[in-house]
Amino acid sequence: MVSNTEFAYNSKVEGEVVVSQADAVINWVRRHSVWPMPMGLACCAIELMAAGGARFDISRFGMEVMRFSPRQSDCMIVAGTVTYKMAEVVRRIYEQMAAPKWVVAMGACASTGGMYRSYAVLQGVDRIVPVDVYISGCPPRPEALLDGMMMLQEKIRKEPGASGLFRPRPNEPHVAGAK
Amino acid sequence: MDTIVDTLKAKFPYVAPRATGDHPAVNVPAANLLEFARQLRDDHGYSMLLDLCGVDWDKETPRFGVVYQFYHAAKKTYLMVATLATDDANPAVPSLAALYPAADWHEREAYDMLGIRFTGHPNLTRILMWEGYPYYPLRKDFPLAGIETELPAADTAAATNAKVIAAPMMGGPFNAATDDQHHMSDAEPRAADQSWTEDKPKPGQRG
Amino acid sequence: MPTSTEISLGDVGARGAAYAEELPGEHMTLNVGPSHPTTHGVLRLLLELDGDRIIKCEPVIGYLHRGDEKIAENMTYNQFVPYTDRLDYLAPLANNVAYALAVEKLAKLEIPPRCQAIRVICCELARISSHLLGLGVFGMDAGAWTIFMYCFTQREKLYSLFEELTGARFTTSYTRIGGVARDMPEGWLGRVNKFCHEVIPVVDEIDKLLTRNKIFIQRTEGVGVITKEDALAYGITGANLRASGFEADLRKDNPYCGYENYDFEVPIGTRGDCYDRYLVRIEELRQSVRIVRQAIEKMPDGPWYAEGAKKIFAPPKGKILSSMEELIQNFMIVTEGPQMPPGEVYFEAENPKGALGFYIFSKGGGVPYRLHIKGPSFVSLGILPKMLPGHLLTDTTVILGSLDFVLGECDR
Repeated sequence: MVSNTEFAYNSKVEGEVVVSQADAVINWVRRHSVWPMPMGLACCAIELMAAGGARFDISRFGMEVMRFSPRQSDCMIVAGTVTYKMAEVVRRIYEQMAAPKWVVAMGACASTGGMYRSYAVLQGVDRIVPVDVYISGCPPRPEALLDGMMMLQEKIRKEPGASGLFRPRPNEPHVAGAK
Repeated sequence: MDTIVDTLKAKFPYVAPRATGDHPAVNVPAANLLEFARQLRDDHGYSMLLDLCGVDWDKETPRFGVVYQFYHAAKKTYLMVATLATDDANPAVPSLAALYPAADWHEREAYDMLGIRFTGHPNLTRILMWEGYPYYPLRKDFPLAGIETELPAADTAAATNAKVIAAPMMGGPFNAATDDQHHMSDAEPRAADQSWTEDKPKPGQRG
Repeated sequence: MPTSTEISLGDVGARGAAYAEELPGEHMTLNVGPSHPTTHGVLRLLLELDGDRIIKCEPVIGYLHRGDEKIAENMTYNQFVPYTDRLDYLAPLANNVAYALAVEKLAKLEIPPRCQAIRVICCELARISSHLLGLGVFGMDAGAWTIFMYCFTQREKLYSLFEELTGARFTTSYTRIGGVARDMPEGWLGRVNKFCHEVIPVVDEIDKLLTRNKIFIQRTEGVGVITKEDALAYGITGANLRASGFEADLRKDNPYCGYENYDFEVPIGTRGDCYDRYLVRIEELRQSVRIVRQAIEKMPDGPWYAEGAKKIFAPPKGKILSSMEELIQNFMIVTEGPQMPPGEVYFEAENPKGALGFYIFSKGGGVPYRLHIKGPSFVSLGILPKMLPGHLLTDTTVILGSLDFVLGECDR
């Protein structure tokens, strides 16, 4: 018996109707049009821009729509070093994004503070926002960024998508240090 | 180019030559600094102030100094001027912001990093760290990892329980070099008190 | 019967003035940034506006302050090289070279000609890369999206070249104190030459698209004027100073790293507005290509590091692995750092964004006592409170794009 999560379509048999799970369709739509909000802070922002360029082409994934407005974006890509002074801004923009939203920590500085073990640098953006995918590299190559976005797509595929429509979303995933 | 130093020494009795690696350099007492800079700009043609940085001389007295880099725009030569703040507890040096607008932000940075006050500065506030940061980071007694304090934004701190922490040094910095140590085992990373990690936070700190 | 009535708008300006008396406005405070597409990084501008006109501007920086100067006091001279990459992260090779030259000045170290030529090629390729991005982003701010895409395509070619030479696309960490990390790979110069052939037509195309474009000229001519006196008083260096009409180029005035051997011109502007800054940068791009071609032609043979700098530059790998003395030297250089004599030095190099200055005070040993970095972008942004008032809000994007600053260098 064919599983309902994948749909095979034969118009002679099924007519003009595709049967699938709501989760599968919703997640398919969401993961193939992730609109990033580039929180481009430092050097990683340049690699983010290069990923949007013609050679690496983030547009293949439907992600070329880099919306700088948090209200219109799905995924915040924190690209660069987050300092304590900037932490408030990152958090506020994360809170302004509408659910469903994801965060990608691009680069060493966003993941853990990177090579800046100093008094002014937030040691990992996961201390203030919940991160879904960490991409290592200093800066990560655009291919690594695309790999990370594909991992995010995989993560979105497995999400219980439709359940959030009718019930409040569960509490935010673990933010390091939160009680 | 010793001639410029000689000229300045002859003209200003308080100027003393400074041992330096490259460009001519002089020492000037803080009290005479403003007048000296004005004459440098008007009479001697040093129309650009390229840089100004504060230095913490640590165990010497006076403890805090400021080093200026002047540039003669026509002759394309540099002049380094160093001065010392007389008071160690509240170091103060006259501000050059009225003469050279370039000094404005550089002096704010020196104040932010070292706590040197520039008397006569139009707006002496922190520029790189946030207003209300309680320490002066570049002082020699301030550790590289930082000292635990509150996040500048109260709402973010409340929502996430994040704090400004002492960065987990993980045993670093990974070199055995300090200019004061002579014995290598004193200079190695494990001798320094920076071995806390992300999993085992610094004692006395929540992490 | 319907009649037609003529409606005359009359003198709109006069009506506006009359309204202004009846309806006095308030100044509006507008916060631009720090997360904003056109501020080129995390810059925050607090603008006080009267309608569309800027009355007061206060830039707030420090959102990317990472503590580089404090880190430098704890790292050896070679360990600090990766941090210099991330200062002006659009032209990392230029920062690497400027830092290495500053430390070598402290040690009074002579660099052999091949190493100097390699460093010149690196600096100029970095300048091409930075100006391509600067022009691309400037064009994008003024509305010309295509320029941005063309520039990025050329930069990708540069990234391939950098990757071949240093191992990383950018953030290269290529120089060491006393030389460079490795010699150029086989055939690399030929590929650089090919790139030079390919980039010139693209620069010409950008020129054709923008230089006589009426919209671009109207947006940039007369906007953001920095007079020569202001530029000198505010300490501005680099292309911004040259656009204001002052002849100053450290490569010609105080030549370093063998620049006196190359023949190139320095473009000088006249009015100091955004349009002049754009013209200066496009011409500098062409001159950089000229320098790179000369350096390729004249590339001398010889060592690519200062031989005989026993306590500063590590010996070749083959010797380290087979001979005891070289092994010990390498160990000391890696753990204790290149040993510098006590002294202080201030060195400036002509970076794409301006003059990047390093003030180093050393008490001997492998770690500096004080290292201060003067970022040209820090100085360029200092003129905003003086320059922006009087302009329209939409001029802000054009002015910020024309100043070509990067926050990594500004905040350190």
